[in-house]
Amino acid sequence: MTTKLGYAAALLLLIAAPFFVYPVLLMKFLCFALFACAFNLILGFGGLLSFGHAAFFGGAAYVAGHAIKVWGLPTELGILAGAAAAGVMGLAAGMLAIRRQGIYFAMITLALAQMAYFLFISAPFTGGENGLQGVPRGRLLGMIDLQDNMAMYYFTLAIFLAAFWLIARTVHSPFGQVLRAIRDNEPRAVSLGYDVERYKLQAFVLSATLAGLAGALKTVVFQLASLTDAHWHMSGEVVLMTLLGGVGTIAGPAVGAGIIVALQNLLASGPLSAWVPVVLGVIFVICVLSFRRGVIGELRAFLQKSF
Amino acid sequence: MKTLKTLALGASTLAMAASASAEISDGVVKIGLLTDMSGTYSDLAGPGAVEAAKMAIEDIGGTVAGVPVELVTADHQNKADIAANKAREWGENEQVDAFAELVTTSTAMAVFEIAKQQNKVVLVSGAASSPLTNDACIPSGIHYTYSTTALANGTGKAVVAEGGDTWYFLTADYAFGQALEADVTKVVEAAGGKVLGSIRHPFPASDFSSFVLQAQGSGAKVIGLANAGADTTNAIKAANEFGLVAAGQSLAALLMFITDVHALGLETAQGIQLTTGFYWDMDDETRAWSEKFMERTGSMPSMVQAGVYSSVSFYLKAIEATGSDDTDTVMEWMRDRPIDDFFAKGGVIRSDGRMVHDMYLARVKSPAESKGPWDYYDIVRTIPGEEAYGTLEESTCPTK
Amino acid sequence: MLTDLLGFPPQVLFGQLLLGLINGAFYAVLSLGLAVIFGLLNIVNFAHGALYMLGAFSAWGLATFLGLNYWAALIVAPVLVGGFGMLIERFLLRRLAGVDHLYGLLLTFGLALVIEGVFIKLFGASGQPYPTPKALTGGINLGFMFLPWYRGWVVVASLIACGVTWYIFERTKIGAYLRAGTENPKLLQAFGVNVPLLTTLAYGYGVGLAAFAGVLAAPITQVSPLMGSNLIIVVFAVVVIGGMGSIMGAVVTGLGMGLIEGLTKVYWPEASATVIFFVMAIVLVLRPAGLFGRTA
Repeated sequence: MTTKLGYAAALLLLIAAPFFVYPVLLMKFLCFALFACAFNLILGFGGLLSFGHAAFFGGAAYVAGHAIKVWGLPTELGILAGAAAAGVMGLAAGMLAIRRQGIYFAMITLALAQMAYFLFISAPFTGGENGLQGVPRGRLLGMIDLQDNMAMYYFTLAIFLAAFWLIARTVHSPFGQVLRAIRDNEPRAVSLGYDVERYKLQAFVLSATLAGLAGALKTVVFQLASLTDAHWHMSGEVVLMTLLGGVGTIAGPAVGAGIIVALQNLLASGPLSAWVPVVLGVIFVICVLSFRRGVIGELRAFLQKSF
Repeated sequence: MKTLKTLALGASTLAMAASASAEISDGVVKIGLLTDMSGTYSDLAGPGAVEAAKMAIEDIGGTVAGVPVELVTADHQNKADIAANKAREWGENEQVDAFAELVTTSTAMAVFEIAKQQNKVVLVSGAASSPLTNDACIPSGIHYTYSTTALANGTGKAVVAEGGDTWYFLTADYAFGQALEADVTKVVEAAGGKVLGSIRHPFPASDFSSFVLQAQGSGAKVIGLANAGADTTNAIKAANEFGLVAAGQSLAALLMFITDVHALGLETAQGIQLTTGFYWDMDDETRAWSEKFMERTGSMPSMVQAGVYSSVSFYLKAIEATGSDDTDTVMEWMRDRPIDDFFAKGGVIRSDGRMVHDMYLARVKSPAESKGPWDYYDIVRTIPGEEAYGTLEESTCPTK
Repeated sequence: MLTDLLGFPPQVLFGQLLLGLINGAFYAVLSLGLAVIFGLLNIVNFAHGALYMLGAFSAWGLATFLGLNYWAALIVAPVLVGGFGMLIERFLLRRLAGVDHLYGLLLTFGLALVIEGVFIKLFGASGQPYPTPKALTGGINLGFMFLPWYRGWVVVASLIACGVTWYIFERTKIGAYLRAGTENPKLLQAFGVNVPLLTTLAYGYGVGLAAFAGVLAAPITQVSPLMGSNLIIVVFAVVVIGGMGSIMGAVVTGLGMGLIEGLTKVYWPEASATVIFFVMAIVLVLRPAGLFGRTA
């Protein structure tokens, strides 16, 4: 009940937000929220820490940008192309990595992401260090001008909600339950006759695809794709967001993304602007030491205890 | 009589038109400065660039055309998306009239895109790549302090003229490094020199010994360093260590700031030739300003920081003179007048956005030659603006 | 020509291999520290790069403020930074006992951000110069290349550090405890060994090795706050390839990766920063526990 109320309130807030907060900032938040939720699908519900998700995020950003700017694809199709590309990358990476666990899984995803990064920095279509600039936002379904921030915002929100709904459905579906069973006790899941690797791979590909969707969307919002999106620091940042909001909670990563994006924005222009990395680092440390369940996780524990 | 009347009429309409545009939007002139506050380039731009902009605003009295001048700043962390986001937000929500500084080309290009949509002035000081006034140019963008073309023309030509006619490049493997290598190659070949080869190193690289050894093996007289920041300093250290200079080859650092020299120390950096747009110890004017800057920041200004002061001052003067912060009006005023201050003498803003001013070929002093802290350069030659930046005809800017 | 190996004269190749070996020596010391820490604490120490930087800065600080020379710094800096590491272990990492190892990685990742950020504020991003010690300036002409004495010293010093570590772990009582601690800390505790102290010491030692590598690097690279930030993932890869927690693996792989990287710098320089990850991916697919690891 409280959860439903919470979601309803959050939805209303998101619909009303652009009238109070700068829409581009909100769109940035939505992109990262989606990225973090997609990432959490594999970390929180699959128990696998990927340290290479930036490759999917950044890869899709480039593909979408290239498709829209150079091939002249309509915006919707460009975004889908980006997500699809991330899905394919996810499948390839997943097939190599999925048998490994813990640190080894993190390392192999990192290795693959570093190779992808090398590809992005040397391939001509990414614009290298300069990035892929000036991607047009285009028109939605050929009609609505997305150059208008409000239109773009609601378009982004719609995609975010759809993807969020998909993630929530996946988590609560029988598929999601098997996934959690694998996370909690893999040998038992195996002995129950589940093809563990296939489940994990499917979750990984879905996670990569949705991370790609977020990256592609970000390209359209900011009209550029750059190496930042594919750098391993981005992989670290998404871990931070997820952790901060609450690993293994459905809404947590979105909340974490909100906190980080807001913080970066606030700090960037204030007197603390030269201290951004330090502040982020301190949050990381505090979070790991005394806040491991994240904002939503702690909140849930608190509600369960008190009511 | 009739003509006189027409003239008077014309003049009054003109005056009216002028007063119509002579309004400062929102009653404030706002400059948005985007720079790297905490990363690799925070020494050569960063907090020092912010201070330079503040000095420019203070020196003009804090107001222009009767309205206050405000400065907003942000750390773009060398990330194009953050730069684009901030610029867009400032333009739409905070009535920022001009963007300034912008170290690293990717952030400058991202802000160019925004400024084109919003029709705002951009005063680029930190970014180097020459495409900013070529294919990627915008009508309201000014590339103020230096460019890869000027670096190539400055250092490349001078070194070939001194007999350094065979070259080998250590190039950072990304757009800036490749652009710089291409620019210098053109200059060297035009001057009758020859490029024997180049090696593309990853960016950033930690160890340069292997690359230096390959450069050594090439037998070229000059090793051109087409990289920046930590890569350049580390390459120079490795070249010294492996006796490259001692064996008769010479180093040409194609992009090096005074802050890099300061960080390396003269012992290591001595003898290197470089091109700069500004040096603090040129004349009384540069010394006076630089010492004021030093008092406030604790270090001497890099050319980027001096360029920020000069560009912001000139922009504010344009608003003062025209009484307007309208982009087209201000741009027109700025293009029509030479820039004369401690930074540039007779500098001209071309229609492709290039601010053409004299550049200086400098040689880093040895510890014995240096008379005190920050006494680092011998200015070997003044490179006339036209020679450094080429002609407008050569620019491929579509809106020039 | 017959004498050319794949387009490069053998002298060039020798030179590059030697340089690769020198870099490999760095990797060996750094990954050794990481392996020691992982072996005993099961923590991937993401702050390793920042602590390496701290070692280099300590050497610089000792010289600038206290007038201590390089040789003194070689001992003092690792002790100082190692002590700092023990504080980190005692007051931060210990509180993570019993939770998923990934939290250790995340905590140290955060620490690295803090340390590097603070140093940028204090000393600027472009860093400080540190001179080569007088006794080791100059070099020797080997015929196929000019070898600076200092680089030669780096290899010697690294091998000594590796040897000492090996001796401690394989031949001393503490080492036996440490190895037992990685296998079964509870049992060891039951035998009356102070395992928490042992853990603190092991972390301090691993960090000290990182700082030692930092001092070794100080005269070669610019001493700058970000000098370790990209090195960390490379060193990581070395440890993973060698087999996490394997001391032998870390040293051999460190040297081996230096060689492979050296060759890549000749044939495909652009890819030289990526080749290690390529090797890591292959190794993890074929031999999940790494080349010298026991089990996954």
